[in-house]
Formats: sequence, C-alpha cells, structure tokens
Amino acid sequence: MANDVFVLAEHLNGKLADITFEMAGKAKELATGFGGRAVAVLLGSGAKSLAESIGADAVLYVDDPALAEFNPEAYSRVLAALIKERGPRLVMMGNTSAGMDLGAGLSVMAGLPLIAYVNGLAADGGALVATSQIYGGKIQAEAVPDGKACLVSCLAGAFPADSGRVGAGLAPAPVEQIASPVSLDGLKVKFVKLIQPEGGDVDITQQLILVSIGRGIGGQENIELAQELAEALGTAVSASRPITDAGWLPKTRQVGKSGLTVKPKVYLAFGISGAPEHLEGMRGAELIIAVNTDPKAPIFDVAHYGATCDMLDLLPALTEKVKG
Amino acid sequence: MNIIVPIKQVPNLTDELEINGEGNNLDHEALQYVLNEFDEHALEEAVLTKESASGTVTVVGVDTTGELDGALHTALAKGADKAAKITGDFPRGTDSHTQARLLAEAIKDMSPDIVLTGVQAADDRDGQIGPMIAAHLGMPYVGVVTGVTVSGGKAVLHKEYAGGVMAEFEVSLPMVVGVQAAHQPPRYAPVSKIRQIAKTAKIDEIAGGEAAGAGSTVRRMFKPESAGHAEMWEGSPEEVAEKIAGLIRDKGLLRG
Repeated sequence: MANDVFVLAEHLNGKLADITFEMAGKAKELATGFGGRAVAVLLGSGAKSLAESIGADAVLYVDDPALAEFNPEAYSRVLAALIKERGPRLVMMGNTSAGMDLGAGLSVMAGLPLIAYVNGLAADGGALVATSQIYGGKIQAEAVPDGKACLVSCLAGAFPADSGRVGAGLAPAPVEQIASPVSLDGLKVKFVKLIQPEGGDVDITQQLILVSIGRGIGGQENIELAQELAEALGTAVSASRPITDAGWLPKTRQVGKSGLTVKPKVYLAFGISGAPEHLEGMRGAELIIAVNTDPKAPIFDVAHYGATCDMLDLLPALTEKVKG
Repeated sequence: MNIIVPIKQVPNLTDELEINGEGNNLDHEALQYVLNEFDEHALEEAVLTKESASGTVTVVGVDTTGELDGALHTALAKGADKAAKITGDFPRGTDSHTQARLLAEAIKDMSPDIVLTGVQAADDRDGQIGPMIAAHLGMPYVGVVTGVTVSGGKAVLHKEYAGGVMAEFEVSLPMVVGVQAAHQPPRYAPVSKIRQIAKTAKIDEIAGGEAAGAGSTVRRMFKPESAGHAEMWEGSPEEVAEKIAGLIRDKGLLRG
C-alpha cells in the first residue's frame, strides 16, 4: 500500500465531477511508475453506485450519514485517518472548492508536503515531479517532494478525463466498502442546504455570441457601452469575476471556474486579462476575439484574434457596425 | 467578538515577473509587493462583521518585505482596530507552511472568535494558509466563502461551488474562514487618512519562531509556453470594429 496513489472522488448532487476521472486516469499512470495501485477514495452515504464509473484500480468507499454532503470537517477527519492508516505514496485532490478546503489542512495534520495548483505530474524514475501553475498562470514551478509521500491538488482540466472513466476498454474497479475509520460525532461544521443559482436571468450558456467584459471596462458607468453592443447582437453581457464581485453584473453572468462554462460560437473578451479562473470557463468557445491594452495579457494565448486598442472606443464603433 | 485577519503580501502580478539566475525562483528583489487581493476581501468582510455584530478587528501578517507597515496602515484606515507584524528572517516569497505556522502561533495568543483570511494567494505553491492555520489551531475551516453572518456563537456561511451553486454551512465558533469575496467590494481608504494613521498608529511586533518549510523543493521555474497566440490586429478602433463585425457576419450571427 505504500506505493498507492489515492484520488479523492468529488461529487455533488449524485454526480461525480470530471476532476475525479481526470485524476483517476493520471493516478493509474503514476501508480504503474511507483509499483502501486490507483485507489479512488469515495466518501458518501448510500453513494456506492458512483464507484461504478471511476476507472481506477480499486475504489475505497467510506459510507457514513455524516458524509452525505461535502463537509470539510468530516472529510478532513476521514482522510487524515485513512492517510495515517494506509500510508499512500501520493494523495491527489482537486484544486476545487472542495479540494481547497482539505489539502492544506491535511498537509499540516498528516505532516506531509502539499504541492498545489498542479497541472503536470510525472513519475521520473520512481520519483514524483509535480508542476504548479502559480502567479495567476504566469509562472510554472516544477518541484519534487522532500520526502517520499506527498499530497497534491490538481487543477481542473489538467489531465484527460477519458483515461479515468469506465467505458472504452476500462472496466469498473473492485469496491471496498468501509465504515468511517474515525468518529464523526460532534462536528462543528453543519451542512445546511444547497442553494441553486437564481433563475429568471438570461442563460449565458445558451447564447451563440457573448459580449464579455473584465476590469478593463474601468467603471460601472461604462457597462452601458457593452450592453448596447449586446443588444445590437441580440445577446447578453457576460463578465469575468471582478465585475460580478463588484456587483456591476449579477453572478449569473460570470464566466469561469467559479461561474459558468460557456461555449458560444463567438466570444468577445473585452478588457479581460485571462486569469486561469476565467480561461477555464471559456476556452471551448469556437471563435475567441480579445481586446486588451496589455499585449502580454494571457487572454491572447487562447484567443484567435486580438487587438490592443481601447475597448471604450471600440465598443461604440462596433455597435454602429453591427447595427449596419 | 474578536476578529482576526491574517494577511499575505504577494508580487504585483501586473508587473513583469522575472526568474532568478538559478532558474528556481522569482527574482523577488526586483518585484513590487501588494496585499493579496483575497485578503482585501477578508478585511472588508471582517470590518462588515464588526459593524453588524460589534467587536474588534486585528490584522496580522508576516513581514517578508520590510514593507508590511504600509499594508497594515491601509488596513487600519479601512476600519481595522489593531495591527501586528511577525518579524524575523523571513525573506520575500516565504512559503505558505512557514507563514501559516507563524501566523497560527501569533493568533493563538489573541483568542479569536473568528479568523477571516483570503481563500488563496497567487504564490500559494505549497497550499493556502487558511486551512493550515485552522489545522494548527484545531479549528474548523470552510473556504471559497462569499458571505459570512455571525450571531450567537455561530457563523452562517455561503460557500461557492462551480456553476453558481452554493452550499450553506452553519459553524460553531471559533473557526477559520477562507474568503473568496466580501458582501460588498473592498472599501477605499483615502491616501491622506492612511498617511495620518501612519504617523500615530502602533503596530505590535511579534518575534517569529522557526520556519516550517514547504516540504518540497522547486527544481525549475519557467514561464509557460503558450500553445498558440492570437493573430493581432493593428489599427484604429474603427478598423478593429470592422474586422470583428466581419467575422461575426461570417458566422451568420448578425441580425437583420
């Protein structure tokens, strides 16, 4: 077991998140290099059937009513106990909302290093090499753990999901079901409910074209310029995180990791720098046109066409052209 | 209500980041440092909590730049009541594990009811400090939080998942929260007010203990090679608009 690679399965509303499959596929490759197994760790209540689709070598399913919904305190307790008991070589978690609650705390509790924001993993002659994407996506850092065992948190989309999903030549893995290895009584964190996004607003995931704005819009008073263009195109204005955080547009308009994933035919990115958080939500668009005064903005690495002119001049000019 | 806000200074990402001669770290001395943007939100949420539930806000950070005073003065100008800095031989770019342990040691003596910190920072290569501080203090942690409401020894939190879904948690205090965004955008402090505070403010100095170390060693740091790059258009906004409109027309997406 000392060479096993653990993968924390992530699920919400009875559905596994893609990151689970992405990590499972990578875990199998690494486990082969280490001479161990890829073990998916699934925490839940009556959720055993979720194990069927995970393409790992084995699934360790921990069943407890306290694990019915994600609870960072309960998850941390169980994972800390499993790590101590089974001593895996590597534990992979998502650098997701759930995974970000766990990795750094477990690192302290288990006394193991954590390498975060990982988008590259390799077993180099039996040794782990992990590459992190840091400083807003501007820098890659390739690191090796000082000891043998290590925790990593992986960015969504870093590895292909299909190599860790049952189907296409991958059979379901044997499932070992256990009760929680640690008491889950007296939790201080209580899950109350899930809150679904408010309906009623435009669904930006259904638009064929999007006018998307970022910090470059400058001020709330300029949003009108983007709205006029969107109206002329018969669509809506979407935005990167800073705009919705500022309350200039509702959360339902936010494109990105913590917002919505959009795949329109045309994505107009105006004044958006292209932080990893944003790129994750729009890189699948058919045609991306970016306008940003900073020629080095990462948005230009994913855009098909780009310009560095002032978006505040461009918006009204484009609205006129569109109106014909 | 004793509210503690641990903060972290990070390189200003709008600057060009240069790699050092050894190729395994940033050239930190060449960089400007700013307060982690998520810590700005944590501070705002802390001040909002104080305003609605009463209490004091203490901001604390590890002085890795010799310039932390400026960030602390700004925090005081924005409504924090007390400021403290942890000093010692902790250079720019000090790892998260070390900063978290130093912060936890300092915070332990402050008997916090709630600790609000930024959910992440741009230089968290070895992980985020919030969950680490919580683990050191034996407190629960919930991160990616966009709203904190405190009453009767409990906090009600909204945690964001992908796709606009949120989870509501109720947590017994004390606890550590990783703030993604405050209820309202971080307030602005006029420079004149910050200058005035800088003249009179008292910043507690705490001697830091030992570094923890990241537990991993960076072998190589490099700028990502982009798989592709946009074809760049020169020209006036008018000319660029013409090109964009042309492409939209080609896709059959122009109305009328």
